[in-house]
Amino acid sequence: MSLFTDIGGEPAVNAAVDIFYRKVLKDDRINRFFSGVDMEKQAAKQKAFLTMAFGGPHNYTGEDMRKGHAHLVAQGLNDTHFDAVMEHIGATLTELKVPANLIAQAAAIAESTRKDVLGK
Amino acid sequence: MAKVIYGGQSYECGEDSVLDCLTAQGVPIPSSCRSGNCQTCLMRAVKGKVPADAQAGLKPTLAAQNYFMACSCHPQSDIEVVMPEAGINRLAARVASVEYLNADILGIRLNPSRPLEYRAGQFINLFKDDVTSRSYSLASLPALDEPLFLNVRKVPGGKVSNWLFEKLRAGDEIEISEATGDCFYVPGNAGQDMLLIATGTGLAPLYGIVRDALQNGHRGRLVLYHGSYDAGGFYLAEELRELERKHPNFSFVPCVSEGIAPAGYEQGMVLDVALRDHPDLTGWRVFLCGNPNMVSAAKKQAFLAGASMREIYADPF
Repeated sequence: MSLFTDIGGEPAVNAAVDIFYRKVLKDDRINRFFSGVDMEKQAAKQKAFLTMAFGGPHNYTGEDMRKGHAHLVAQGLNDTHFDAVMEHIGATLTELKVPANLIAQAAAIAESTRKDVLGK
Repeated sequence: MAKVIYGGQSYECGEDSVLDCLTAQGVPIPSSCRSGNCQTCLMRAVKGKVPADAQAGLKPTLAAQNYFMACSCHPQSDIEVVMPEAGINRLAARVASVEYLNADILGIRLNPSRPLEYRAGQFINLFKDDVTSRSYSLASLPALDEPLFLNVRKVPGGKVSNWLFEKLRAGDEIEISEATGDCFYVPGNAGQDMLLIATGTGLAPLYGIVRDALQNGHRGRLVLYHGSYDAGGFYLAEELRELERKHPNFSFVPCVSEGIAPAGYEQGMVLDVALRDHPDLTGWRVFLCGNPNMVSAAKKQAFLAGASMREIYADPF
């Protein structure tokens, strides 16, 4: 069994996107990076990101991650913001009652994008 | 072997997705995640059957119009596809009637020269001449077999609205486009509560959507809030009060943002009043039309109040 199936597949991602994005928008540490962006397009991107973190199918390369976040790095995106997002991923999965060992695996995948997202 | 038809050319698809098939032939289709999530490669089928997998996770109104994600579309039979914004044709329409709905809003009824496929709440473009057009939402309902019904606000200095106010008469022939837009009612989940918020002529699509839902036997609550600066800005209020009397699950709440609200009206900004009355929108379907600032604020607040992103339909204008 893969992590993606264990977590609950696409229905789990769908449930997670709304909860996760709501946490992000309410968080004054990071919500300025999301203002002025079409919410629906943004939600679709969050879904793609969470699918990847949950071990699901994706075709993102490190280069895609760099390009996609370069404009945010220019606006000051740094480790503290990345930490906040990691916190919300964990809290979302906890809220969905995903077992701790699976949350740890998903967090490790998300964490592996840190350097590329922050353009380091 | 299934073929993909795009831009008048036919391509052999084989086992490939529509995205891989077209890009391999040098057709530029934007894409990103390539796994059916990010919706960057959104396209629309104009002929043929879209496999269900290619619509997984799409908004119901997009799926109903045959939009799909090219990266996860493996057609089983021939399919003709276009880019999302393409394929909107023009046609002639005869003006059936023109009337003032209030001092600043014109109600225009049109009979198209051929049957027009549309859903209440979508919009058409209305042409003043070859290059000047404006979009207007459809307040009419195909199921009730009315002429098309548009609500036009007189915009100061507006080229098309002023022309319509000054020159348009019953019997005139004008040019319109086919209907488009994804703010409309999709039958199903008939017990779901629905919140609808409009400012100004944002009422037009919602007047159509409310009646479409009722026509389809929607049983959940339908709560319509209409905002205006003062009592003079409302219209279709009698019709909406009549609907309220006929359908106990429908209520209409006009909101006055400036000055004193007369009896029967709420005092305050329409979004504030609606969210004060309904602070928890978990499980609700939400429709937002009108002033872009109101729509954008309402989208965010409705989402934060618990409505799912896929259940929020918006049309700013």
